[in-house]
Amino acid sequence: MGSYLLGRAVYALVAIFIISVVSFVLIQAPPGDYLTSQLTRLQASGRRLDDATVERMKEQYGLDKPIYVQYGRWIAQMFRGNFGQSLYYNYSVLRLLGDYMPMTIILALITLVFIYVLSIPIGIFTAVKQYSVFDYLFTVLGFIGLSVPNFVLALVVMFFFYKTFGISIGGLFSLEYADAAWSWAKFVDLVHHLWAPVIVVGIAGTAGIIRVIRAAMLDELGKDYMQVARAKGLSEFRLLMKYPVRVALNPILSTVGWQLPNIIGGFVIAGIVLNLPIIGPVLLNALTAQDMYLAGAIVLLLSVMTVLGTILSDVTLAIADPRIRYY
Amino acid sequence: MRRKKRDGRERKSLSHRQLVWRHFKRHRPALVGLVILTLLYVMIALAGFVAPNNPTERFSGRRYSPPQPIHFVDADGRFHIVPFVYRVSGELNRTTFQYEYVEDTSRIYPIHLFVRGAEYRLFGLFTTNVHLFGVGTEIPFLPLGTDQLGRCLLSRIIFGSRISLTIGFLGTAISLFLGLLLGGVSGYYGGVLDTTIQRFTEIVRSIPTLPLWMALSAALPQTWSTVTTFFALVAILSLLGWTELARVVRGKFISLREEDFVMAAKACGASETRIIAFHLVPNFMSYVLVSITLSIPAMILGETALSFLGIGLRPPVISWGVLLQQAQNFQTVALYPWLLLPSLFVVVAVLAFNVVGDGLRDAADPHSIRR
Repeated sequence: MGSYLLGRAVYALVAIFIISVVSFVLIQAPPGDYLTSQLTRLQASGRRLDDATVERMKEQYGLDKPIYVQYGRWIAQMFRGNFGQSLYYNYSVLRLLGDYMPMTIILALITLVFIYVLSIPIGIFTAVKQYSVFDYLFTVLGFIGLSVPNFVLALVVMFFFYKTFGISIGGLFSLEYADAAWSWAKFVDLVHHLWAPVIVVGIAGTAGIIRVIRAAMLDELGKDYMQVARAKGLSEFRLLMKYPVRVALNPILSTVGWQLPNIIGGFVIAGIVLNLPIIGPVLLNALTAQDMYLAGAIVLLLSVMTVLGTILSDVTLAIADPRIRYY
Repeated sequence: MRRKKRDGRERKSLSHRQLVWRHFKRHRPALVGLVILTLLYVMIALAGFVAPNNPTERFSGRRYSPPQPIHFVDADGRFHIVPFVYRVSGELNRTTFQYEYVEDTSRIYPIHLFVRGAEYRLFGLFTTNVHLFGVGTEIPFLPLGTDQLGRCLLSRIIFGSRISLTIGFLGTAISLFLGLLLGGVSGYYGGVLDTTIQRFTEIVRSIPTLPLWMALSAALPQTWSTVTTFFALVAILSLLGWTELARVVRGKFISLREEDFVMAAKACGASETRIIAFHLVPNFMSYVLVSITLSIPAMILGETALSFLGIGLRPPVISWGVLLQQAQNFQTVALYPWLLLPSLFVVVAVLAFNVVGDGLRDAADPHSIRR
């Protein structure tokens, strides 16, 4: 187990390194570097810049150095907690991440819980009652859930509530609580706003997991050990919980680490339509404004979360399923 | 037929492909999906013919016009076998600053098949003005309403499908090439090569799809021509899509390469190329087909999402995502709900692909006994 963990850790480091290179290339890719945009901005604000100042700034950002030196600096700065400056928001990237990431992760965690709480029982139920009305109903709903882009779902849900109840359900807080300190009333307000984004983003994941669990359960239900356990007089419910459900949950465990970054990805678009104070709209703004330090940091952060999540899943699965060989 | 089915020998004589088709046919939703997809792709080929109007023509005085009602019963209560429309005229309401449209019920305009309308080029070869359906040139016929510039939404959706539905195919073709190559090499040769490719695949898989798609497409220069942007977007979408295919291909190669028939072929002196092309590939083609039909919808959704965000394709290109850009916020949707109609086509196309993929997955292994 120890060598397995070590192997996974090494792999994670390599993955994170490669992803950081990709993120850095993304920062460099758009025409015009950070300095040029900075200079245009300074000039636009009426500051006159002589050549010496430009040279000094070039040196400060290391833009006169070869690209691998620039990469090295970027990473080194990041380890010191300096993610660079956001041009668009005019804050440090770190501060923006601090402002938006906690709410993003909280929202994603709630959605994750929503997905599992809904999909696991439904998945088990539809498998046990295969070809029943419920099975067909959830199969149809599942296919639709997988096919509707979540921004369309967000628009439709908002439209529906606006037309029928005359209320706007965008955002996470009502106006009076947006800047208020945390209180019970603010919490209640948050809960009232939470269900729409959670359902909009969670529905596709729920549909996917229902299908995975249903398929895994169907594989197990016909096996001989079920018959043996029945013959021994085990009640149907205990039998289900004790054997097939445990096996059917393995594919869920092996993807649990991907779910969180996936959900955050899903919130990128839904967040824009639903006007949520999370990282998604920030990423879009950063990308369209070519605010590449901010964009690079967000992409890197999300990727690192995915890598860590993958490893978390691998390890959980290795512990939970004794059939997994580790190498 | 019945006797043939019961006869064991007759059944064995069916080829693998025929068996797959027979299983697939039993999956009703998949069959419906296949019909829908066929219709959609025929529509692409005949876009100019199916669309009632020129997708770029602006109908003056018809900005943000709602879908034109199609009637069977006229103002006097008489029933007509042939559906018809009325002339619609609109004016700007000076207090709400919204266009209001009213029907002029004095004369009916029946909808006919194969009517003459705007000129277009079919297959880029010859010019014609015959459309599948319409009401002629006297009044504008706008069955799904118009956008902010007064352009026919139905025609734009039909022309948009050309981009939206081919982007998935092209992207999957590239994914397929990469997936077959890397998965095949990995599974057939094994060893260090396999391990290296597997680690590489895992790293690509751990990159979150949507943020990377967004970052890459935002990095595309705005100055690029629409064609270049289109192909760049195809490349971006396919860049991450090959991993699933590679996984399937590798798994199949590993399970098949030890089979007796491969040993036999080797013993007969067949070359590696021959073994791969004639013995291995046909055996897992159905699984590859499943992966393809399931990866196309992901790319269609990807294009729609990126274009919707304004970082994918941009006007004057017409795609479903570009059309949905207009429905950016729910205030617009509340005023002009028909602008969401392109999403209905997205959902139908994606649903059809998913259902067909599901049916294929069930049929992919026709030799297995199923409960």
